[in-house]
Formats: sequence, C-alpha cells, structure tokens
Amino acid sequence: MHSRIQRRIPAVKAAIIVFPGSNCDRDVAVAVESAMGTKPYMVWHRETDLPAVDLVVVPGGFSYGDYLRCGAMAAQSPVMRAVKAQAARGTRVLGICNGFQILTEAGLLPGALLRNRDLKFICRDVHLRVDNNDSDFCRRYMCGEVVRFPVAHAEGNYFADDETIRRIEGEGQVAFRYCRRDGAVDEASNPNGSLGNIAGIYDEHFRVLGLMPHPERLADPVLGGTDGKAMFESLVEALS
Amino acid sequence: MSTNNSAITPETIAAHGITPSEYERILEILGRAPNLTELGIFSVMWSEHCSYKSSKKWLKTLPTEAPWVICGPGENAGVVDIGDGQALIFKMESHNHPSFIEPYQGAATGVGGILRDVFTMGARPIANLNALRFGSPDHPKTRHLVAGVVAGIGGYGNCVGVPTVGGETNFHPSYNGNILVNAMTVGLADTNRIFYSAAAGVGNPVVYVGSKTGRDGIHGATMASAEFDADSDEKRPTVQVGDPFTEKLLIEACLELMATDVIVAIQDMGAAGLTSSSFEMASKGGLGLEIDLDQVPTREPGMSAYEIMLSESQERMLIVLKPGKEEIAKAIFDKWELDFAVIGHLTDTGRMVLTQHGAVQADLPIDPLAQASPEYDRPWVAPAKLPVVEAADLPEHDVIGALKTLIACPDLASRRWIWEQYDHMVMGDTAQRPGGDAAVVRVHGTNKAVAMCVDVTPRYCQADPYEGGRQAVAEAYRNLSAVGAKPLAVTDNLNFGNPEKPEIMGQVVEAIRGMGQACRELDFPVVSGNVSLYNETQGQGILPTPAIGGVGLLADVNKMATVAIKGPGHALVLLGETKGWLGASLYLREIEQREDGAPPPVMLHRERRTGDLVRSLIEDGLVLACHDVSDGGILVAVAEMAMASDGLIGALLEPPSALPLAAWCFGEDQGRYIVEVGDDALAAVLEAAVTHDVATRVIGRTGGPVIEIGGRSVAVEELRSLNEGWLPTYMGQEIAQH
Repeated sequence: MHSRIQRRIPAVKAAIIVFPGSNCDRDVAVAVESAMGTKPYMVWHRETDLPAVDLVVVPGGFSYGDYLRCGAMAAQSPVMRAVKAQAARGTRVLGICNGFQILTEAGLLPGALLRNRDLKFICRDVHLRVDNNDSDFCRRYMCGEVVRFPVAHAEGNYFADDETIRRIEGEGQVAFRYCRRDGAVDEASNPNGSLGNIAGIYDEHFRVLGLMPHPERLADPVLGGTDGKAMFESLVEALS
Repeated sequence: MSTNNSAITPETIAAHGITPSEYERILEILGRAPNLTELGIFSVMWSEHCSYKSSKKWLKTLPTEAPWVICGPGENAGVVDIGDGQALIFKMESHNHPSFIEPYQGAATGVGGILRDVFTMGARPIANLNALRFGSPDHPKTRHLVAGVVAGIGGYGNCVGVPTVGGETNFHPSYNGNILVNAMTVGLADTNRIFYSAAAGVGNPVVYVGSKTGRDGIHGATMASAEFDADSDEKRPTVQVGDPFTEKLLIEACLELMATDVIVAIQDMGAAGLTSSSFEMASKGGLGLEIDLDQVPTREPGMSAYEIMLSESQERMLIVLKPGKEEIAKAIFDKWELDFAVIGHLTDTGRMVLTQHGAVQADLPIDPLAQASPEYDRPWVAPAKLPVVEAADLPEHDVIGALKTLIACPDLASRRWIWEQYDHMVMGDTAQRPGGDAAVVRVHGTNKAVAMCVDVTPRYCQADPYEGGRQAVAEAYRNLSAVGAKPLAVTDNLNFGNPEKPEIMGQVVEAIRGMGQACRELDFPVVSGNVSLYNETQGQGILPTPAIGGVGLLADVNKMATVAIKGPGHALVLLGETKGWLGASLYLREIEQREDGAPPPVMLHRERRTGDLVRSLIEDGLVLACHDVSDGGILVAVAEMAMASDGLIGALLEPPSALPLAAWCFGEDQGRYIVEVGDDALAAVLEAAVTHDVATRVIGRTGGPVIEIGGRSVAVEELRSLNEGWLPTYMGQEIAQH
C-alpha cells in the first residue's frame, strides 16, 4: 500500500499531462501523491495553459495511438507548447517512457528513441547505473549506485549523432545507463540496443529528465521493489 | 454482392451455412421468403458461434450459482461480489479461426472483443490472460503463428494499458491446422454500477458509439462455425482489424458515461456486430427496435443494409439512453473524439425494422431469432475408458536425465519469451507477475487482491474427457489456492472439433459433465463462458480443450504466496497422496514417446480439504513458498521452485522406497502441493494437515546449488538455462528462416 500519511512539508505541486492513449498517467499520479502528499493536477492534451506547478510529468502510454513515430503527434499538441514554455521558465519536466519519446520529439531533449534492437516489445526489470545524481530528480540516489526499474517499450533504443553523444557524455547529461546487477555496463545488459547503454538523459540545464524505464512501477513493496521511490522523494526534497 | 431483392437460391442458403431444415423454419417464422439481408441476419444469429445450438442443452447443466455470484451466464460477462461494494466482472472468449488465418489481427481483436464484454458491464478492465495452443513445433507454420499471436495480444493489450498477467501455452500436432487463442479479461466495478443489456422504455433512443462501420469481418461468426478446408486462407478478408487506441478511448468514454445516470442498457458489438447486439438487447427487454441504417456511421459510402448489419468492425457499442439524455452522452463521446449517432428507438412491436434510403430493408420478429434459435440434441457416444498404465511395467530411466529433458520440453519450457512481450505491470497493481501458479493483481486503492489463472490439460481430456473436465476445474482451484486466494468462480472456453461427429459430441458432453461435477463440489460455479466448435481442418480435430479461467480473492495481498524457494535449510513438505500415476503423463509422452493410458483421477472431496489446508497455512503465515504439483510431477515442481528462487537455491530430496523412483518423481497424481516450511513452523504445518485429514510427507530440504535425488544431482543453474533456452532458441530460428 502506498502511504496515505500527510507529510509535514511545503506542498510541491505537480501536473501530469494526459493525452488520448496515455496509460501510465494514473500509475505515476499514485507515485507522485505518495511522495508529495498532494494529488497532482491531471491536465488534458487540449489545454493551452498549465496550472502553476513545480513539476510536470509526461507519462507513459501510446499518445494518440503512436501510429506515427512514437511521440511525434503528442509533441505537436497544444499542451506541449505550454509545457515547453514552462520548461523555459525553469519548471522541472520528467518524461517517462512515451513521455521521454515525446520530450525528444518536442526538442526538449536531444536524440531519438528507435525500435528495439530485437524488434519486440520488452517488459521486464532492468538494472540501471546512476551516472549523474547531481539533479533535482536523482539527489537521493548515489553516483554509481545500481537500481532496478522495469522497462515496457518497443521503441526505447536511444540514438543520437556522434556529436550529440559526445556533447551529452561530456556535459554529464547521461542520468542512467543499463547495466548488470553488479553495475557493469555491457552489451548483454543492454535491453534495446541504446547507444552507450543510455537509459535516461538530462537536458543541458539538468531541469528536464527523460528515461525509458518506469520508476513509478517499483515504488511500492507490494509490486516487488521500491527503487523508483527515491526519484519522487528527490523531487519533493529539491522542490519544497 | 447481389441486391437485397435478388432471389434466394439453395446455393445462397447453403453459402450462409443454413441447413434446408433451418430454412424451412425461417419460412415458417416469416410466413414468406426472406430477402438477402434477412437471410444474412438469420445466418449469423443461428450460427453455432452465436446460438450455441449444439452445446446449449449441456451448458444448462453447469452450476452457475453461489451466494457471491451477482450475475451468471447470459450477460456479456459473469459478475461476482468481492465485498466492500465491489465486484469482479470476467469472461473468456475464443478467437481461434481468425487467429489461424491472420495471427496478429486475429489475436489482437480477440483481446479487444473480450475487453469490451467486460467494460460494457461497467467494469474497468484490470487484467488480461490468455490460453494458447499451437501445433507441433516442427510444423512449418507454428513459428509464424506463435510470433503473430503473441505480437497481436501484446500490440493490443499494451496499447490499451491493461496488464496481460497470465495464461498458458501448449504445443501439440492436433492443433497444426487449428490453433486456439482464448482471451480472458477481468474487470473491477462497483456493485451499484453494473450495467446490463436488456433494453427498456418504449421510445427510448438507441445510440451507436465508437468506430465507424466498414466492410471488414462480414460473416466472421459464420466462418467460426465451420470446419477449415485447404482454401481457408481465402477467408482472410473476413478477419477484422483492431485499433487498440480507439478501444482505449472507448473504455474511458464509456466509463465516464457510466458515471452519469443516463444509460438504460449497453451492449458491445462483437460477433455478428450490429445484428447480434441489437437483437439481444431488444429480445432481453421483450421489445421491438426500429433502426435507420442511414444514421449508422460508415467508413465508406454505398454500404448495403446487408453489409452494415453483418460487419464485424471493431470498437463499437450500442447503448439505450434515458429519454432526453442524448446531449450529455454526445458531449462525452465528442471529448474522446469518437463517433456518436442516434440510429433508432425502441418500440413495443417485438419486431426489428431496418430502413435505409427510405425503404424497409428487413422486418423480422425478434424472439424467434434471438431466443427460439435452433437447439440440437446431437447424437454422441461416450469414449471408451483407457487402461491404467502400471508404473512397474515401464523401463527404468535416470531421473535426473529425464528431469533435464522434461524441463526443456515445449510444454514445460519457460514462457518468458512470450510474457515479456506483454506489458504485465501497467496500472501499477501487479503483485504477482507471470510465471507463478496464478497471477495476482491488487484491487486498486485497497489491500485486497485478485488471483487469476487459466488451466486445462488437453491430453487428459483426450484420454478421458470426463476426468479431464474435472481436472481442469480442480487445477484452476489449486492454482488459486496455491497463492493463498479463495477460489470464487470460473469462466470457461470450450474448444472442440466438429459436433456433428458423435465421438466429438461425446467429448463435449463428457467434459461438461466432469466440469459441472467439479464446479459443484468445489463451490466454484461457472459465471460466463464461450464455446468454440468445428476446430477441425480436413477432418482432423483438435484435442478436446475446455479451458477454465479461475478467479479468486486474497483478503490481504501481503500474505500472498509465491513458488520461489526463499532460503536454505527449510523443509519441503508434500501435501496430498502420491501413488505414482504415469498414465497420460508428460513423462510418458516425452520420455517413453507414449500418449496412452487413463489420466489421473481427481478426488474432489480430497481436493477441497487440501485446498482449504493450503489457504489456511498461507493465511497463518506458516509457509515460505507454495507450488501445486501438476505437469511433470514432484521433481518438476521442485525444480520450478528452485529455478524461481533468487539465489537459485536447490534441494536434497528423499524419495520413499515403496514406489519406482520415476513414478514418484514424475507421477501426476492430483490434488497435491509442495510447501517450503521453516523448522519453527514445521510442527504446526504437520498438525494442521492432520486436522484437515490431508496426507503429508517431508520430501527433502532446501539448500545448495543443486537438486539431488538418489545420489544423482543437477545444478539449478543448468536446469534454468535449459528451461529458459528452449523457446527463445526455437523462435530465434524464425529469423534464420527468412
């Protein structure tokens, strides 16, 4: 059970974007509420303004069916113009799975998510190495720490051109890499063929994070683990 | 397509799957010859798929009631009470024929259809399961069918955002020409917001929502009611195409509409589309219906009345609204960008009147089509009982070698390759993932949880359909009990060959008799189901496959048991009696290459006592792990517990000397479980077993990296790689084929 205890901390306000076809909106709302003690706003895709919030979450799912390139249509939606405007003013933006795809399509994060190396949808727990914890999203993790989150995607194969890869690697923008249980980053621990085993990246200001794995799916002991919880707790700590 | 007024010839009648005697009956009902649209409507309404005309007589014998059953068979799905004002709504349905012809779309639309059956009653779907049977792995089509069906189930379920949490998959040559794709959905509803399909209120508007109607799937129900022949590939255009994104919108829009107070009745358009939904709603309400087909949203212009009525386009629903509530409903469907059209209204005539372009296209009495459809008492013969195989007569084999063969055989190899393609965690409540005895999904926002499984052992049903029917129900009961859930009710999916053959009809009759007896004795009633007959290609029928979908309830999800060994130094206790039954066993088939012998009998009174004991042990926190003993017997069950453990913990087993070793290791005696027990709890467990009058035996202790028996051993890691390796290796050769 997620905790229903109200914590005595200044309330952090969060908004979760809901597209037609989003299907992890409720899951992430549960994790956000559990960590923050307040219900997030659920913002429909046709909205052109966002409420005043500290955090925007773009959740997983199949926005508009993803019949075009994943996230391509959502990136053009009215609400994403508002998200971009808020991000430019410094609001933290977290994109998970389809949310990560949408953020790359919207230009808030570099690179693209291609079809998985094995061309199949993959749903399983993966191990991730925290490459850079110096952000509002990851301060409760340690650098080099190995965490376990589930992935559930068919298009999570991170790709960017050489120059972009050099830049994000050089600037420490890689947040998470797929790895073995012992932290070794290698081909066998790469579930989808991502360049450099990249599972999640920050923007250049470390205010936007996109990742394919789902922290909200292992944030409750009943579901088999709680490694994802620290991401939401990091945000509460940083933003309150 | 001929016009609506062209003459009805004997060829036209035969092409619609209507027998001469059924046609006589149509003439009698109408007092005139039908036109083409009317004939089409009769043909789908009276198809085996929609009318259950061969099985109805026997289905009526199944027990369908219990104090917790809110609604049994006859509605879109069954409903059981789980307390606190909440109900589970569930059903299983086949999509066998379409999946063989076009595996991706066939399987995908099977998932879509069963989801609609559940949310049409007011439930939010919370889990999907499936039961799949494919032909021999050596058959040239099998890989292609496995790949397509699995991708189709995943493609649909993953997009709608309902976790696919469990199921089963078998391979056998009898399915070479007729694979089985049975899909099950479980939904959660409030008991005061359950919606039914009986129309009410003369004059009330009838509304069409969802996708537009196209020319796809016309006559799907008729196709599903005939044997395949060599030209079946030509039937590909009768397979529908699914759109899971629209389904997701339809779920959200319908649930939003259901939260208002404007619905009188609601029904999805499944097999036989607008025909079956409109006739069923009107018939259940004892009313008539007038539909203006010009108002039906269509994908292309110029569709005839015949095509509109018989289309099986997906993601469509029919709703009777309270008068004057059209605007409220329309606003919701507009928000979700779905079609919404008032297409007709209820009348008191008891007739279905369809108009198009200002002319009447069909005018039919409703009840004779919907309720007074033909019912056959087909001749049947009971199959001969097979002799019992004596274990002592079989040659001896090294049991460790046999274990390695069994654990990697197609029917026991890990299905991870399949279920990792399904999103089994979306919705954030999956407490037990695929791979265990039953999947467990928490009831959102509570500590309660739902356990679900799908079970049948077709080789037992082939050997003895009566025992096989009993065993399928008992195994579902056992799998739910093994995670600690109280079994509540089942849904069934009865897959058989051509019922016009007396020996096949005998399988149907005997399997239903066995199921009924087990359901009665275990207080585990049937609340919904589906029958799929004519699973034959060129005269070759499938193994009788009455799949049972079981649903149970855990009062506290934190007490749930799993199969994984939790640590070294614990006792493994076998609950239930072992006689070493090898007839119809997997051991006999895989090691001796024999598929003969009577199957193991199920002792229902013992089954119940042992189930009660297991649940009480789990409830009292006395066991660390629990696994039922099924295919492959004790040694396979222990191996599965070891392979699931975090550190690949093995066990040292001490078999009794009274039985041949292979019979003890691999016998498939029914009604057994293995539990892992710490020393502190062992006395309490043994004492509880005495109280419940259940036989027990400490068969060994956990620990070490190997499974050891009779001085021979094998590393758990080796077993695991054999078990995990088969399916990916097999499917990997698909790529090599291209």
